[in-house]
Amino acid sequence: MSRVLLLQGNQAVVEGAIAAGCRFFAGYPITPSTEIAEELAKQLPLVGGKFIQMEDEIASIGAVIGASLTGKKVMTATSGPGFSLKQELFGYACAAEIPLVLVNVQRGGPSTGQPTSPSQGDVMQARWGTHGDHWMIALSPSSVPECFDLTRRAYEFSERYRVPVILLMDEVVGHMREKVVLSDDYENLPQPMRKQPTCKPEDFLPYDGGEDGVPAMPPFGIGFRWHVTGLIHDETGFPNGSPEATVKAMDRMYHKLADHYDDIVRVEEFKMEGAEFAVVAFGGAARTAWDAVTMARAEGLKVGLVRPITIWPFAQKHMEKLATQVKGILVHELNCGQYVGEVERAVKGKVPVFSYGKYDNEPATPAELLAEIKKAMGGVK
Amino acid sequence: MKTELRFSGTGGQGVITAAIILAEAALLDKKNAVQSQAYGPEARGGSSKAECIISDDAIYFSKVTAPNVLLAMSQEAADKYSKDLKDDCIVITDKLFVTKLPDVKNKIYELDITRAAKNELGKALFSNIVALGAVVGLTKVVSEESLEKAVLNRVPKGTEEKNKKALQVGRDLVK
Repeated sequence: MSRVLLLQGNQAVVEGAIAAGCRFFAGYPITPSTEIAEELAKQLPLVGGKFIQMEDEIASIGAVIGASLTGKKVMTATSGPGFSLKQELFGYACAAEIPLVLVNVQRGGPSTGQPTSPSQGDVMQARWGTHGDHWMIALSPSSVPECFDLTRRAYEFSERYRVPVILLMDEVVGHMREKVVLSDDYENLPQPMRKQPTCKPEDFLPYDGGEDGVPAMPPFGIGFRWHVTGLIHDETGFPNGSPEATVKAMDRMYHKLADHYDDIVRVEEFKMEGAEFAVVAFGGAARTAWDAVTMARAEGLKVGLVRPITIWPFAQKHMEKLATQVKGILVHELNCGQYVGEVERAVKGKVPVFSYGKYDNEPATPAELLAEIKKAMGGVK
Repeated sequence: MKTELRFSGTGGQGVITAAIILAEAALLDKKNAVQSQAYGPEARGGSSKAECIISDDAIYFSKVTAPNVLLAMSQEAADKYSKDLKDDCIVITDKLFVTKLPDVKNKIYELDITRAAKNELGKALFSNIVALGAVVGLTKVVSEESLEKAVLNRVPKGTEEKNKKALQVGRDLVK
Protein backbone atom coordinates (compact mmCIF):
# COMPACT_ATOMS: atom_id res chain seq x y z
CA MET A 1 0.00 0.00 0.00
CA SER A 2 1.04 3.57 -0.49
CA ARG A 3 0.28 6.93 1.09
CA VAL A 4 -0.42 10.18 -0.74
CA LEU A 5 1.05 12.99 1.36
CA LEU A 6 1.61 16.72 1.15
CA LEU A 7 5.16 17.08 2.45
CA GLN A 8 7.88 19.69 2.59
CA GLY A 9 11.10 18.81 0.79
CA ASN A 10 12.84 18.70 4.17
CA GLN A 11 10.27 16.17 5.44
CA ALA A 12 10.74 14.04 2.32
CA VAL A 13 14.49 13.96 3.06
CA VAL A 14 13.63 12.50 6.45
CA GLU A 15 11.37 9.87 4.87
CA GLY A 16 14.13 9.01 2.38
CA ALA A 17 16.68 8.70 5.19
CA ILE A 18 14.45 6.40 7.24
CA ALA A 19 13.66 4.35 4.13
CA ALA A 20 17.38 4.00 3.30
CA GLY A 21 18.07 2.71 6.79
CA CYS A 22 19.55 5.84 8.40
CA ARG A 23 19.53 5.20 12.15
CA PHE A 24 21.72 7.97 13.52
CA PHE A 25 21.47 11.73 13.26
CA ALA A 26 23.55 14.32 15.07
CA GLY A 27 23.01 17.95 14.28
CA TYR A 28 22.58 21.52 15.34
CA PRO A 29 19.34 22.94 13.91
CA ILE A 30 19.57 25.92 11.55
CA THR A 31 17.12 27.58 9.15
CA PRO A 32 16.19 26.53 6.48
CA SER A 33 17.17 22.94 7.35
CA THR A 34 15.57 22.76 10.81
CA GLU A 35 12.61 20.56 9.84
CA ILE A 36 15.03 17.75 9.03
CA ALA A 37 16.34 17.68 12.62
CA GLU A 38 12.86 18.24 14.06
CA GLU A 39 11.29 15.39 12.13
CA LEU A 40 14.17 12.95 12.62
CA ALA A 41 14.00 13.64 16.37
CA LYS A 42 10.45 12.29 16.23
CA GLN A 43 10.99 9.44 13.80
CA LEU A 44 14.39 7.92 14.63
CA PRO A 45 13.41 6.68 18.13
CA LEU A 46 10.40 4.90 16.58
CA VAL A 47 12.67 2.73 14.40
CA GLY A 48 15.34 2.04 17.00
CA GLY A 49 17.57 4.90 15.87
CA LYS A 50 19.30 7.66 17.81
CA PHE A 51 18.97 11.42 17.51
CA ILE A 52 21.44 13.72 19.24
CA GLN A 53 21.30 17.49 19.27
CA MET A 54 24.97 18.35 19.62
CA GLU A 55 26.64 21.44 21.02
CA ASP A 56 27.61 22.68 17.57
CA GLU A 57 28.02 21.76 13.92
CA ILE A 58 31.61 20.54 14.24
CA ALA A 59 30.71 18.07 16.96
CA SER A 60 27.68 16.98 14.90
CA ILE A 61 29.72 15.77 11.95
CA GLY A 62 32.24 14.26 14.37
CA ALA A 63 29.45 12.24 15.97
CA VAL A 64 28.11 10.97 12.64
CA ILE A 65 31.63 9.92 11.57
CA GLY A 66 31.93 7.92 14.77
CA ALA A 67 28.52 6.34 14.35
CA SER A 68 29.27 5.45 10.73
CA LEU A 69 32.37 3.55 11.89
CA THR A 70 30.09 1.33 13.98
CA GLY A 71 28.23 0.38 10.79
CA LYS A 72 25.26 2.77 11.04
CA LYS A 73 23.90 4.78 8.16
CA VAL A 74 24.12 8.36 9.33
CA MET A 75 23.04 11.91 8.55
CA THR A 76 23.70 15.46 9.62
CA ALA A 77 21.90 18.53 8.23
CA THR A 78 22.76 22.19 8.18
CA SER A 79 22.83 25.46 6.24
CA GLY A 80 25.39 28.16 5.30
CA PRO A 81 27.37 28.92 8.47
CA GLY A 82 27.04 25.32 9.70
CA PHE A 83 28.20 24.01 6.33
CA SER A 84 31.37 26.09 6.72
CA LEU A 85 31.99 24.65 10.19
CA LYS A 86 31.59 21.07 8.99
CA GLN A 87 34.18 21.37 6.23
CA GLU A 88 37.24 20.18 8.16
CA LEU A 89 35.68 16.94 9.32
CA PHE A 90 34.03 16.48 5.92
CA GLY A 91 37.57 16.35 4.57
CA TYR A 92 38.43 13.82 7.27
CA ALA A 93 35.52 11.66 6.07
CA CYS A 94 36.89 11.96 2.50
CA ALA A 95 40.41 10.95 3.62
CA ALA A 96 39.29 8.07 5.84
CA GLU A 97 36.55 7.09 3.34
CA ILE A 98 33.69 7.19 5.81
CA PRO A 99 30.15 7.00 4.40
CA LEU A 100 27.83 9.75 5.58
CA VAL A 101 25.10 12.00 4.18
CA LEU A 102 25.44 15.72 4.82
CA VAL A 103 22.37 17.78 3.92
CA ASN A 104 22.96 21.46 3.19
CA VAL A 105 19.75 23.42 2.67
CA GLN A 106 21.46 26.48 1.26
CA ARG A 107 20.73 30.04 2.39
CA GLY A 108 22.11 33.30 1.06
CA GLY A 109 25.62 34.08 2.27
CA PRO A 110 28.34 34.84 3.16
CA SER A 111 28.23 34.47 6.95
CA THR A 112 24.76 34.56 8.54
CA GLY A 113 23.56 35.99 5.23
CA GLN A 114 19.85 35.61 4.45
CA PRO A 115 18.58 32.85 6.76
CA THR A 116 15.07 32.42 5.33
CA SER A 117 15.74 33.10 1.65
CA PRO A 118 16.54 30.75 -1.21
CA SER A 119 20.06 30.56 -2.59
CA GLN A 120 22.39 28.18 -4.38
CA GLY A 121 25.52 29.96 -3.24
CA ASP A 122 27.31 26.87 -1.90
CA VAL A 123 27.87 25.08 -5.22
CA MET A 124 31.62 25.61 -5.16
CA GLN A 125 31.91 25.25 -1.39
CA ALA A 126 30.32 21.82 -1.66
CA ARG A 127 33.14 20.84 -4.00
CA TRP A 128 36.09 22.72 -2.56
CA GLY A 129 35.04 23.75 0.96
CA THR A 130 37.45 21.39 2.61
CA HIS A 131 41.14 21.67 1.83
CA GLY A 132 43.26 19.57 -0.45
CA ASP A 133 42.48 17.43 -3.46
CA HIS A 134 39.54 15.23 -2.63
CA TRP A 135 36.60 13.51 -4.30
CA MET A 136 33.03 13.46 -3.15
CA ILE A 137 29.46 13.41 -4.50
CA ALA A 138 26.77 16.11 -4.35
CA LEU A 139 23.16 15.68 -5.49
CA SER A 140 20.55 18.40 -5.94
CA PRO A 141 16.78 17.66 -5.90
CA SER A 142 14.22 19.82 -7.73
CA SER A 143 10.99 18.46 -6.27
CA VAL A 144 9.62 16.94 -3.09
CA PRO A 145 9.40 13.41 -4.56
CA GLU A 146 12.99 13.83 -5.73
CA CYS A 147 14.06 14.78 -2.19
CA PHE A 148 12.91 11.31 -1.15
CA ASP A 149 14.54 9.55 -4.12
CA LEU A 150 17.84 11.42 -3.97
CA THR A 151 18.22 10.95 -0.23
CA ARG A 152 17.98 7.21 -0.84
CA ARG A 153 20.41 7.51 -3.73
CA ALA A 154 22.79 9.50 -1.51
CA TYR A 155 22.94 6.50 0.83
CA GLU A 156 23.39 4.09 -2.09
CA PHE A 157 26.37 6.08 -3.38
CA SER A 158 27.79 6.73 0.07
CA GLU A 159 27.70 3.07 1.07
CA ARG A 160 28.70 1.65 -2.33
CA TYR A 161 31.67 3.96 -2.87
CA ARG A 162 32.59 4.64 0.77
CA VAL A 163 32.38 8.37 0.27
CA PRO A 164 30.64 11.27 2.04
CA VAL A 165 27.70 12.55 -0.02
CA ILE A 166 26.25 16.06 0.13
CA LEU A 167 22.56 16.56 -0.52
CA LEU A 168 22.76 20.10 -1.87
CA MET A 169 19.28 21.52 -1.36
CA ASP A 170 17.84 25.02 -1.48
CA GLU A 171 15.03 26.77 0.38
CA VAL A 172 12.68 26.61 -2.62
CA VAL A 173 12.57 22.82 -2.54
CA GLY A 174 13.28 22.37 1.19
CA HIS A 175 10.30 24.42 2.33
CA MET A 176 7.73 23.91 -0.43
CA ARG A 177 4.99 21.38 0.08
CA GLU A 178 4.09 19.05 -2.76
CA LYS A 179 2.41 15.74 -3.40
CA VAL A 180 4.52 12.68 -2.77
CA VAL A 181 3.45 9.05 -2.89
CA LEU A 182 5.31 6.91 -0.38
CA SER A 183 5.27 3.23 0.40
CA ASP A 184 3.58 2.23 3.65
CA ASP A 185 6.38 -0.17 4.36
CA TYR A 186 10.00 0.79 3.77
CA GLU A 187 11.16 -2.74 4.68
CA ASN A 188 10.48 -3.84 1.10
CA LEU A 189 12.78 -1.22 -0.40
CA PRO A 190 16.35 -2.30 -1.23
CA GLN A 191 18.79 -1.28 1.49
CA PRO A 192 22.21 0.05 0.51
CA MET A 193 25.01 -2.08 1.97
CA ARG A 194 28.72 -1.60 2.56
CA LYS A 195 31.23 -4.04 1.15
CA GLN A 196 32.29 -6.47 3.90
CA PRO A 197 35.63 -8.30 4.19
CA THR A 198 35.77 -11.93 3.10
CA CYS A 199 39.06 -12.64 4.89
CA LYS A 200 39.88 -13.47 8.51
CA PRO A 201 40.32 -10.49 10.86
CA GLU A 202 44.08 -11.11 11.14
CA ASP A 203 44.49 -10.92 7.34
CA PHE A 204 42.40 -7.76 6.98
CA LEU A 205 43.95 -4.85 5.06
CA PRO A 206 41.48 -2.02 5.76
CA TYR A 207 42.44 0.24 2.86
CA ASP A 208 43.00 -2.37 0.16
CA GLY A 209 40.66 -1.17 -2.56
CA GLY A 210 40.42 -4.47 -4.42
CA GLU A 211 39.19 -4.44 -8.00
CA ASP A 212 36.78 -1.50 -7.80
CA GLY A 213 38.96 0.64 -5.54
CA VAL A 214 36.45 0.55 -2.70
CA PRO A 215 37.85 -0.96 0.52
CA ALA A 216 35.65 -3.28 2.60
CA MET A 217 34.38 -1.63 5.78
CA PRO A 218 33.52 -3.90 8.69
CA PRO A 219 31.82 -2.20 11.64
CA PHE A 220 33.92 -1.57 14.71
CA GLY A 221 33.32 -4.11 17.44
CA ILE A 222 33.09 -7.41 15.51
CA GLY A 223 36.75 -8.33 15.62
CA PHE A 224 38.30 -6.48 12.72
CA ARG A 225 40.82 -3.98 14.08
CA TRP A 226 41.92 -1.05 12.02
CA HIS A 227 43.41 2.37 12.27
CA VAL A 228 41.45 5.43 11.11
CA THR A 229 43.38 8.57 10.30
CA GLY A 230 43.21 11.77 8.30
CA LEU A 231 46.90 11.36 7.45
CA ILE A 232 47.60 9.83 4.06
CA HIS A 233 47.81 6.10 4.69
CA ASP A 234 48.57 2.89 2.82
CA GLU A 235 46.55 -0.35 2.69
CA THR A 236 47.28 -1.03 6.36
CA GLY A 237 45.50 2.15 7.43
CA PHE A 238 48.67 3.52 9.05
CA PRO A 239 50.26 6.78 7.89
CA ASN A 240 52.74 6.47 5.07
CA GLY A 241 54.69 9.52 3.92
CA SER A 242 56.28 8.02 0.83
CA PRO A 243 55.61 9.53 -2.61
CA GLU A 244 54.52 6.12 -3.94
CA ALA A 245 51.96 5.51 -1.16
CA THR A 246 50.62 9.06 -1.51
CA VAL A 247 50.07 8.78 -5.26
CA LYS A 248 48.56 5.31 -4.88
CA ALA A 249 46.09 6.43 -2.22
CA MET A 250 45.07 9.60 -4.08
CA ASP A 251 44.70 7.81 -7.42
CA ARG A 252 42.57 5.06 -5.89
CA MET A 253 40.21 7.58 -4.28
CA TYR A 254 39.96 9.47 -7.59
CA HIS A 255 39.33 6.39 -9.71
CA LYS A 256 36.76 4.79 -7.41
CA LEU A 257 34.41 7.65 -8.41
CA ALA A 258 35.76 8.76 -11.79
CA ASP A 259 35.58 5.23 -13.21
CA HIS A 260 31.87 5.08 -12.34
CA TYR A 261 30.81 8.33 -14.02
CA ASP A 262 27.83 6.70 -15.75
CA ASP A 263 26.48 5.37 -12.46
CA ILE A 264 27.08 8.51 -10.42
CA VAL A 265 26.48 11.42 -12.78
CA ARG A 266 22.78 11.74 -13.55
CA VAL A 267 21.45 14.49 -15.81
CA GLU A 268 17.85 14.90 -16.93
CA GLU A 269 16.80 16.43 -20.24
CA PHE A 270 13.50 18.25 -20.78
CA LYS A 271 12.25 19.26 -24.24
CA MET A 272 15.75 18.80 -25.70
CA GLU A 273 14.44 17.14 -28.89
CA GLY A 274 15.54 19.41 -31.72
CA ALA A 275 16.68 22.08 -29.28
CA GLU A 276 19.05 24.70 -30.67
CA PHE A 277 19.54 26.42 -27.34
CA ALA A 278 19.83 24.90 -23.88
CA VAL A 279 19.11 26.19 -20.40
CA VAL A 280 21.14 24.51 -17.66
CA ALA A 281 19.53 24.71 -14.21
CA PHE A 282 19.33 22.50 -11.13
CA GLY A 283 17.57 22.29 -7.76
CA GLY A 284 14.89 24.91 -7.11
CA ALA A 285 16.05 27.02 -10.09
CA ALA A 286 15.06 24.17 -12.43
CA ARG A 287 11.41 24.64 -11.43
CA THR A 288 11.51 28.10 -12.99
CA ALA A 289 13.30 26.65 -16.01
CA TRP A 290 10.69 23.91 -16.61
CA ASP A 291 8.03 26.62 -17.01
CA ALA A 292 10.26 29.06 -18.92
CA VAL A 293 11.28 26.39 -21.46
CA THR A 294 7.63 25.34 -21.87
CA MET A 295 6.71 28.99 -22.52
CA ALA A 296 9.59 29.37 -25.00
CA ARG A 297 8.49 26.24 -26.90
CA ALA A 298 4.92 27.57 -27.02
CA GLU A 299 6.36 30.63 -28.78
CA GLY A 300 8.18 28.40 -31.26
CA LEU A 301 11.66 28.85 -29.79
CA LYS A 302 13.75 25.67 -29.96
CA VAL A 303 14.84 25.66 -26.33
CA GLY A 304 15.38 22.73 -23.98
CA LEU A 305 16.47 22.20 -20.39
CA VAL A 306 19.44 20.19 -19.18
CA ARG A 307 19.09 19.56 -15.45
CA PRO A 308 22.12 18.19 -13.60
CA ILE A 309 20.86 16.04 -10.72
CA THR A 310 24.40 15.10 -9.74
CA ILE A 311 26.20 18.41 -9.19
CA TRP A 312 29.56 16.84 -8.22
CA PRO A 313 31.35 15.06 -9.83
CA PHE A 314 30.75 17.62 -12.56
CA ALA A 315 28.75 16.42 -15.59
CA GLN A 316 31.80 16.85 -17.82
CA LYS A 317 30.86 14.36 -20.54
CA HIS A 318 27.26 15.62 -20.67
CA MET A 319 28.35 19.24 -21.09
CA GLU A 320 30.99 18.36 -23.69
CA LYS A 321 28.28 16.60 -25.70
CA LEU A 322 25.81 19.45 -25.19
CA ALA A 323 28.34 21.85 -26.74
CA THR A 324 28.11 19.83 -29.98
CA GLN A 325 24.29 19.79 -29.99
CA VAL A 326 23.21 23.40 -29.43
CA LYS A 327 24.22 26.87 -30.57
CA GLY A 328 24.24 28.42 -27.12
CA ILE A 329 23.82 27.64 -23.43
CA LEU A 330 22.31 29.75 -20.62
CA VAL A 331 23.15 28.67 -17.07
CA HIS A 332 20.58 29.83 -14.52
CA GLU A 333 21.45 29.53 -10.83
CA LEU A 334 20.52 31.30 -7.60
CA ASN A 335 23.93 32.85 -6.99
CA CYS A 336 26.26 35.28 -8.77
CA GLY A 337 27.45 32.56 -11.19
CA GLN A 338 29.29 29.44 -9.91
CA TYR A 339 28.25 26.35 -11.87
CA VAL A 340 28.49 28.41 -15.07
CA GLY A 341 32.29 28.47 -14.72
CA GLU A 342 32.38 24.68 -14.82
CA VAL A 343 30.13 24.64 -17.88
CA GLU A 344 32.42 27.14 -19.65
CA ARG A 345 35.41 24.95 -18.80
CA ALA A 346 33.77 21.89 -20.38
CA VAL A 347 32.37 23.75 -23.41
CA LYS A 348 35.83 25.21 -24.19
CA GLY A 349 34.41 28.10 -26.20
CA LYS A 350 32.72 25.86 -28.79
CA VAL A 351 29.43 27.71 -28.23
CA PRO A 352 28.63 30.86 -26.23
CA VAL A 353 27.78 30.27 -22.57
CA PHE A 354 25.58 32.86 -20.86
CA SER A 355 25.00 33.33 -17.15
CA TYR A 356 21.76 34.33 -15.45
CA GLY A 357 22.60 34.41 -11.77
CA LYS A 358 19.94 35.62 -9.34
CA TYR A 359 20.79 36.60 -5.78
CA ASP A 360 17.99 38.93 -4.60
CA ASN A 361 16.35 36.45 -2.16
CA GLU A 362 13.69 35.41 -4.67
CA PRO A 363 13.68 32.66 -7.28
CA ALA A 364 13.41 33.99 -10.84
CA THR A 365 9.90 33.88 -12.26
CA PRO A 366 9.41 31.91 -15.48
CA ALA A 367 8.77 35.22 -17.32
CA GLU A 368 12.07 36.66 -16.05
CA LEU A 369 14.00 33.60 -17.19
CA LEU A 370 12.20 33.58 -20.55
CA ALA A 371 13.32 37.18 -21.11
CA GLU A 372 16.93 36.14 -20.34
CA ILE A 373 16.64 33.19 -22.73
CA LYS A 374 15.46 35.50 -25.52
CA LYS A 375 18.23 37.99 -24.80
CA ALA A 376 20.86 35.22 -24.91
CA MET A 377 19.39 33.67 -28.08
CA GLY A 378 19.53 37.10 -29.69
CA GLY A 379 23.24 37.16 -28.91
CA VAL A 380 23.76 33.78 -30.60
CA LYS A 381 22.38 34.84 -33.98
CA MET B 1 -7.33 24.78 -14.94
CA LYS B 2 -4.89 26.41 -12.54
CA THR B 3 -5.82 28.48 -9.51
CA GLU B 4 -3.27 30.56 -7.62
CA LEU B 5 -4.12 31.69 -4.12
CA ARG B 6 -2.23 34.04 -1.84
CA PHE B 7 -3.10 34.20 1.87
CA SER B 8 -1.50 37.04 3.78
CA GLY B 9 -1.64 38.52 7.23
CA THR B 10 0.32 38.73 10.44
CA GLY B 11 2.43 35.92 11.88
CA GLY B 12 0.28 33.86 14.27
CA GLN B 13 -3.01 34.24 12.37
CA GLY B 14 -2.62 30.83 10.81
CA VAL B 15 -2.47 31.79 7.15
CA ILE B 16 0.26 29.21 6.48
CA THR B 17 -1.81 26.48 8.13
CA ALA B 18 -4.80 27.53 6.03
CA ALA B 19 -2.77 27.23 2.83
CA ILE B 20 -1.47 23.79 3.85
CA ILE B 21 -5.01 22.57 4.58
CA LEU B 22 -6.25 23.89 1.24
CA ALA B 23 -3.42 22.10 -0.59
CA GLU B 24 -4.21 18.87 1.26
CA ALA B 25 -7.88 19.24 0.30
CA ALA B 26 -6.81 19.58 -3.34
CA LEU B 27 -4.86 16.30 -3.11
CA LEU B 28 -7.99 14.64 -1.68
CA ASP B 29 -9.78 15.91 -4.82
CA LYS B 30 -7.03 14.12 -6.86
CA LYS B 31 -5.57 17.40 -8.05
CA ASN B 32 -2.01 18.65 -7.91
CA ALA B 33 -1.09 21.29 -5.35
CA VAL B 34 2.05 23.13 -4.35
CA GLN B 35 2.22 25.20 -1.20
CA SER B 36 4.93 27.61 -0.10
CA GLN B 37 5.38 30.50 2.29
CA ALA B 38 7.56 33.45 3.09
CA TYR B 39 8.25 34.74 6.55
CA GLY B 40 10.88 36.70 8.40
CA PRO B 41 12.98 35.47 11.32
CA GLU B 42 10.31 36.52 13.92
CA ALA B 43 8.13 33.83 15.55
CA ARG B 44 5.10 36.12 15.93
CA GLY B 45 4.13 39.45 14.48
CA GLY B 46 5.74 40.56 11.27
CA SER B 47 4.09 39.87 7.97
CA SER B 48 3.28 36.37 6.85
CA LYS B 49 2.48 35.15 3.35
CA ALA B 50 1.40 31.70 2.28
CA GLU B 51 0.70 30.56 -1.23
CA CYS B 52 -1.10 27.64 -2.77
CA ILE B 53 -1.32 26.65 -6.42
CA ILE B 54 -3.94 24.08 -7.40
CA SER B 55 -4.03 22.53 -10.86
CA ASP B 56 -5.13 19.48 -12.82
CA ASP B 57 -1.72 19.51 -14.52
CA ALA B 58 1.87 19.42 -13.25
CA ILE B 59 2.94 22.53 -11.34
CA TYR B 60 6.55 23.58 -11.89
CA PHE B 61 7.28 27.09 -10.61
CA SER B 62 6.18 26.94 -6.98
CA LYS B 63 5.44 30.60 -6.30
CA VAL B 64 2.30 32.54 -7.15
CA THR B 65 2.93 35.01 -9.98
CA ALA B 66 -0.63 36.13 -10.77
CA PRO B 67 -3.10 35.29 -7.98
CA ASN B 68 -6.73 34.45 -8.66
CA VAL B 69 -7.52 34.91 -4.98
CA LEU B 70 -5.95 37.32 -2.50
CA LEU B 71 -6.88 36.95 1.16
CA ALA B 72 -5.65 39.88 3.26
CA MET B 73 -5.93 39.51 7.03
CA SER B 74 -4.02 42.73 7.85
CA GLN B 75 -3.85 46.27 6.52
CA GLU B 76 -0.17 45.82 5.65
CA ALA B 77 -0.97 42.69 3.62
CA ALA B 78 -3.87 44.43 1.83
CA ASP B 79 -1.62 47.33 0.88
CA LYS B 80 1.41 45.24 -0.05
CA TYR B 81 -0.18 42.50 -2.15
CA SER B 82 -2.94 44.42 -3.95
CA LYS B 83 -0.51 45.88 -6.48
CA ASP B 84 -0.53 44.53 -10.06
CA LEU B 85 -3.53 42.24 -9.56
CA LYS B 86 -5.01 40.53 -12.59
CA ASP B 87 -8.52 41.80 -13.42
CA ASP B 88 -10.17 38.51 -12.46
CA CYS B 89 -8.46 38.21 -9.07
CA ILE B 90 -10.90 38.40 -6.19
CA VAL B 91 -9.82 40.12 -2.99
CA ILE B 92 -11.07 39.02 0.42
CA THR B 93 -10.29 41.28 3.38
CA ASP B 94 -10.83 40.87 7.10
CA LYS B 95 -12.97 43.87 8.09
CA LEU B 96 -11.50 44.00 11.60
CA PHE B 97 -7.96 44.69 10.37
CA VAL B 98 -8.37 46.13 6.88
CA THR B 99 -10.08 49.48 7.39
CA LYS B 100 -8.73 51.14 4.27
CA LEU B 101 -9.61 49.07 1.22
CA PRO B 102 -7.06 48.86 -1.57
CA ASP B 103 -7.77 51.18 -4.48
CA VAL B 104 -8.30 48.53 -7.15
CA LYS B 105 -11.01 47.67 -9.64
CA ASN B 106 -11.09 44.05 -8.51
CA LYS B 107 -14.09 42.53 -6.78
CA ILE B 108 -13.52 42.96 -3.04
CA TYR B 109 -15.29 40.91 -0.39
CA GLU B 110 -15.08 42.68 2.96
CA LEU B 111 -15.77 39.92 5.47
CA ASP B 112 -15.96 39.94 9.25
CA ILE B 113 -13.73 36.89 9.53
CA THR B 114 -12.03 37.44 12.89
CA ARG B 115 -15.09 39.01 14.55
CA ALA B 116 -17.22 36.05 13.48
CA ALA B 117 -14.60 33.65 14.85
CA LYS B 118 -14.69 35.48 18.19
CA ASN B 119 -18.47 35.87 18.34
CA GLU B 120 -19.58 32.49 17.02
CA LEU B 121 -16.72 30.27 18.21
CA GLY B 122 -15.36 32.20 21.18
CA LYS B 123 -11.81 32.57 19.84
CA ALA B 124 -10.03 34.55 17.14
CA LEU B 125 -7.89 31.39 16.79
CA PHE B 126 -10.50 29.93 14.41
CA SER B 127 -10.26 32.86 11.98
CA ASN B 128 -8.07 30.93 9.51
CA ILE B 129 -10.61 28.10 9.27
CA VAL B 130 -13.45 30.63 8.94
CA ALA B 131 -11.44 32.23 6.12
CA LEU B 132 -11.02 28.85 4.40
CA GLY B 133 -14.78 28.28 4.57
CA ALA B 134 -15.30 31.65 2.90
CA VAL B 135 -12.58 31.17 0.23
CA VAL B 136 -13.92 27.78 -0.81
CA GLY B 137 -17.52 29.01 -0.58
CA LEU B 138 -16.67 31.74 -3.09
CA THR B 139 -14.31 29.87 -5.42
CA LYS B 140 -15.22 26.16 -5.13
CA VAL B 141 -11.50 25.57 -5.77
CA VAL B 142 -11.83 22.33 -3.79
CA SER B 143 -14.91 20.32 -2.81
CA GLU B 144 -16.58 21.01 0.54
CA GLU B 145 -16.12 17.35 1.52
CA SER B 146 -12.38 17.37 0.89
CA LEU B 147 -11.98 20.69 2.68
CA GLU B 148 -13.72 19.39 5.78
CA LYS B 149 -11.71 16.17 5.70
CA ALA B 150 -8.46 18.11 5.31
CA VAL B 151 -9.37 20.41 8.22
CA LEU B 152 -10.21 17.47 10.47
CA ASN B 153 -6.93 15.72 9.53
CA ARG B 154 -4.96 18.72 10.78
CA VAL B 155 -6.72 20.05 13.89
CA PRO B 156 -6.13 18.86 17.47
CA LYS B 157 -8.39 16.11 18.83
CA GLY B 158 -11.43 17.45 20.63
CA THR B 159 -11.72 20.54 18.40
CA GLU B 160 -13.37 18.79 15.44
CA GLU B 161 -16.90 20.12 16.02
CA LYS B 162 -15.68 23.67 16.58
CA ASN B 163 -13.66 23.54 13.36
CA LYS B 164 -16.58 22.13 11.37
CA LYS B 165 -18.65 25.00 12.72
CA ALA B 166 -15.86 27.44 11.79
CA LEU B 167 -16.07 26.27 8.16
CA GLN B 168 -19.85 26.82 8.25
CA VAL B 169 -19.41 30.30 9.74
CA GLY B 170 -17.07 31.07 6.84
CA ARG B 171 -19.49 29.73 4.24
CA ASP B 172 -22.30 31.79 5.81
CA LEU B 173 -20.21 34.97 5.46
CA VAL B 174 -20.31 34.65 1.68
CA LYS B 175 -23.87 33.40 1.22
